[in-house]
Amino acid sequence: MTTDQRTLRVLIAKPGLDGHDRGAKVVARALRDAGMEVIYTGIRQTPEMIAEAALQEDVDVVGLSILSGAHLEIFPRVIAELKKRSVDDVTLFCGGIIPAADIPAVKEMGFQAVFGPGTDTNDIIAFLRENATERA
Amino acid sequence: MPSELAEGVVAGNRRALARAISHVEADNAKGRELLADLYARTGRAQTIGITGSAGAGKSTLVGALAREERKRGRTVGIIAVDPSSPFSHGAILGDRIRMQDLTSDGGVFMRSMASRGNLGGLAEMASGVVDLMDAAGFDVVLVETVGAGQDEVEVATATQSTVLVANPGGGDDVQSMKAGLMEIAQIMVVNKADLAGADTAVMQLRGLLAIAEPRAWTPPILKAIARTGEGVPELVDAIDKHQAHVRSDEHAEAERHGLVESQILSLVRAALYREALGAARAEGSIETLVDEVVLRTRDPRSAATTLIDALRSRWMTR
Repeated sequence: MTTDQRTLRVLIAKPGLDGHDRGAKVVARALRDAGMEVIYTGIRQTPEMIAEAALQEDVDVVGLSILSGAHLEIFPRVIAELKKRSVDDVTLFCGGIIPAADIPAVKEMGFQAVFGPGTDTNDIIAFLRENATERA
Repeated sequence: MPSELAEGVVAGNRRALARAISHVEADNAKGRELLADLYARTGRAQTIGITGSAGAGKSTLVGALAREERKRGRTVGIIAVDPSSPFSHGAILGDRIRMQDLTSDGGVFMRSMASRGNLGGLAEMASGVVDLMDAAGFDVVLVETVGAGQDEVEVATATQSTVLVANPGGGDDVQSMKAGLMEIAQIMVVNKADLAGADTAVMQLRGLLAIAEPRAWTPPILKAIARTGEGVPELVDAIDKHQAHVRSDEHAEAERHGLVESQILSLVRAALYREALGAARAEGSIETLVDEVVLRTRDPRSAATTLIDALRSRWMTR
């Protein structure tokens, strides 16, 4: 029930220049079907746009999908833009094509989970339910 | 004494506004306190509802309107309401896709809202968020809703000017709109006017207006192509004209009182509904009644009366 449980708000965004958003849309739909409110912003988002959307929508979670290989360049910039706006209490996760060798670096930046191709969407839902931070 | 959050909203702190909206959306104690604190600071913004059926081009038009308002040097708050899934209560809110360029404009603040399926509560929620944006100092607040049912019609009570978005070739649409949306629209616009049938659509709307009760304000009927921005300056002019009407003449005075009255009544209705639902769910009283009605040992109306009696006695013992 919506009244008993806080409805999680999740921003799903695609930074960078690749236009493949099938994965992001599958995740968005699965989260909606799990009762979450998903703000989907479309492709080719700049770090500034993502951070600004996260702020305005007051989301609990930001999920980034990237397939271009630019994650090590773009992700830190998204995090910097979030910090600049004092958006410091969101849960971060990402997906797409992130080579295993880069995962430690991505987690170091603050992403709590990395979901690659073939992930069961139930795992993402379970992760969010468990990790989205309580707020005052 | 106003809270820190309320002060942040008034000071134009975007993070404070975003958080405040979440409290109002959740309809919690903090949200109600905020609205009570800030109400005296509202009434300055132009509040405009944009409604019409799915696919009519509302998001694109809202984006175009916002751009035109920005050109005129006004700041813009946007509230885009999308339906929640009746099954999971979740929602996909995709209106930002059509307003991407506005995201990095510091003079625009956009918030997506799910209808959350709360009967009668949507208008309540939306009007609260409108008040917050008004108090935050936005010159114009645009509220976009899918004009698909009673809830959405009621959202009109949250704004002063309601724009109905129609399309060419939507003859049947226009017919169905007669029922509710026609009465609440102060401005009508045929969007996608570059498609065949635009003039026919304008004529149909004109025909419908001709048989309506004459009112102090006669809704203008415009044509626009939101995608290119054609006709949008004229639409903003029409909105400005209606806003001037709402704020000045004596007819508008009655309209303003009517608007506030229906706003109060819709708040009462939503609150009563929540109370009744609480009473119905308490002590599992509704399950027994449902069983009885299913077995036809009781009729649905007397079951409802029983629940209302239960609610009344809850109030007496308070």
